[in-house]
Amino acid sequence: MTARLEGKVALVTGGTTGIGAAAVRRLVGEGANVFFTGSKEAEAAALCAETGAQFRALRVQDAASWPGLIEDVLAAYGRLDIAFANAGTESGDASIEDVGIEGWNNVVAINQTGVMLTVQHAIAAMKRNPEGATGSIIINSSMNATRPLGNYVTYSVTKAAVCALAKSAAVHCGQKGYKIRVNAILPGVVETPLIQQIMNAQADPAATRAIYEGMAPMGRMAQLEEISGLVAYLASDEAGFISGAEIAIDGATTAGMMGV
Amino acid sequence: MSDLGTKRLQGRVAFISGGLRGIGLACAERFLAEGAEVVLSDLDAEDSDTATATLARLGQAASYVRANVTSEDDWVRAVQAVQERHGAVHILINNAGTDLTGAVETLKLEDWRKIMSVNVDGVFLGTKHFVPLLAASGAAVKGGASIINVSSIMGLVGMSEVSAYNASKGAVRLFTKSIALEFAQKKMPIRANSLHPGFVLTPLLNAGFQRWVDAGAAEKVQDLIDSMAATTPIGRLADPAELASAAFFLASSDSSYMTGAELVIDGGWTAQ
Repeated sequence: MTARLEGKVALVTGGTTGIGAAAVRRLVGEGANVFFTGSKEAEAAALCAETGAQFRALRVQDAASWPGLIEDVLAAYGRLDIAFANAGTESGDASIEDVGIEGWNNVVAINQTGVMLTVQHAIAAMKRNPEGATGSIIINSSMNATRPLGNYVTYSVTKAAVCALAKSAAVHCGQKGYKIRVNAILPGVVETPLIQQIMNAQADPAATRAIYEGMAPMGRMAQLEEISGLVAYLASDEAGFISGAEIAIDGATTAGMMGV
Repeated sequence: MSDLGTKRLQGRVAFISGGLRGIGLACAERFLAEGAEVVLSDLDAEDSDTATATLARLGQAASYVRANVTSEDDWVRAVQAVQERHGAVHILINNAGTDLTGAVETLKLEDWRKIMSVNVDGVFLGTKHFVPLLAASGAAVKGGASIINVSSIMGLVGMSEVSAYNASKGAVRLFTKSIALEFAQKKMPIRANSLHPGFVLTPLLNAGFQRWVDAGAAEKVQDLIDSMAATTPIGRLADPAELASAAFFLASSDSSYMTGAELVIDGGWTAQ
């Protein structure tokens, strides 16, 4: 593994499993000191033991708990260079006809308000870096930002919203003269533990797997490490001129229609 | 940059059109530092000072073939040269391009055809003629072979008096998505993505700005560069090396699930 991120400090929300945990592993592997948040204590302890990363239990939508987290990061390492706003949910979501106000509010709180708070507090921390405001913020959106799902209205809406949030924050940072970049990534179907659990719970797991794999023209789901590769690139100084971008990583799913 | 020389493209062969200057040359330098072998093409004669001096500087892993991207015969020769020298190709960068500006009613048809020929025909012909070798070589590397088509932010948004360039770069964007779908659907081990640079400090940008200066749009080229920097959220223009690092990411196994995608490298210019 290369050490592009040596000396950098990273924060990953929703880091205990799936895309977040893979990002923690990759960022540590490239030399960063990593803090991650989440709610699954057992998974968090195992990941800390494996990687040396530090864990803080945090609900991203809980505005009051953010200043404490940032102070912990700065107390430990004196700076923040990378934030991966990854925590997300579809719990309680449904179609436009069926979604209840509680389900809608839960998904908006985590996917949209949680991302806003992550970016807001990351910028505040990055402004305190000794050499001035520097850093890279990466928001985990979804291909459903551009191709919304009928049965997950809130998820689709929030994933589109955070793309606009990334652009607004990127433009703001530019106007303020901060060297802070903000970008959104839009993954297709990723083979996360959650997806594996869903597949294995079906009467015919292989048939369910085939459906998921068939969603992408590439004919397979993304592996977790493939998403971390993009996160690590955007986190590094190599992506120093990329800001306000939406980057699809979806095996051509949103590139157009498959032929006949 | 800290990860230069980590040889993440060891064993891979890249072909770069328009490789003697600007973004193409920066890609060649980066890929060589990552352990790749590189074949460049450009319009300069093989014994020209530019070609020989550049090759001498790049070292033995680089070689050159003179090719006009608008000529199908030249592409056939280029593929033959790569086949003979390396027997494989894993990365194709369709980078050669030209520009054209001016009020639409003043554009000459022959100039329109020339820019379409270089920017669009060139990408089509390069893809068409390299696909068999890319398909044969791609299975051997994680993530497959990678085609990187250099479009522009001008392939995403319009700009006044840039109609021909806009049209040509927009064509590259959708051509790339279509071939990405085609290769994916046929299970061919080739990915295809488009790069969308914003304002990059290249000879092409300088020449274009000089024409605006000549037309009275500004006093000197540096004034135009400064005003572009001021309208870019990041506050500066890009260095060609920053485009090369993006091309390197798309060429490497790290981008193995990316195909049919657009990578915009514009310092936030199109986000405003």
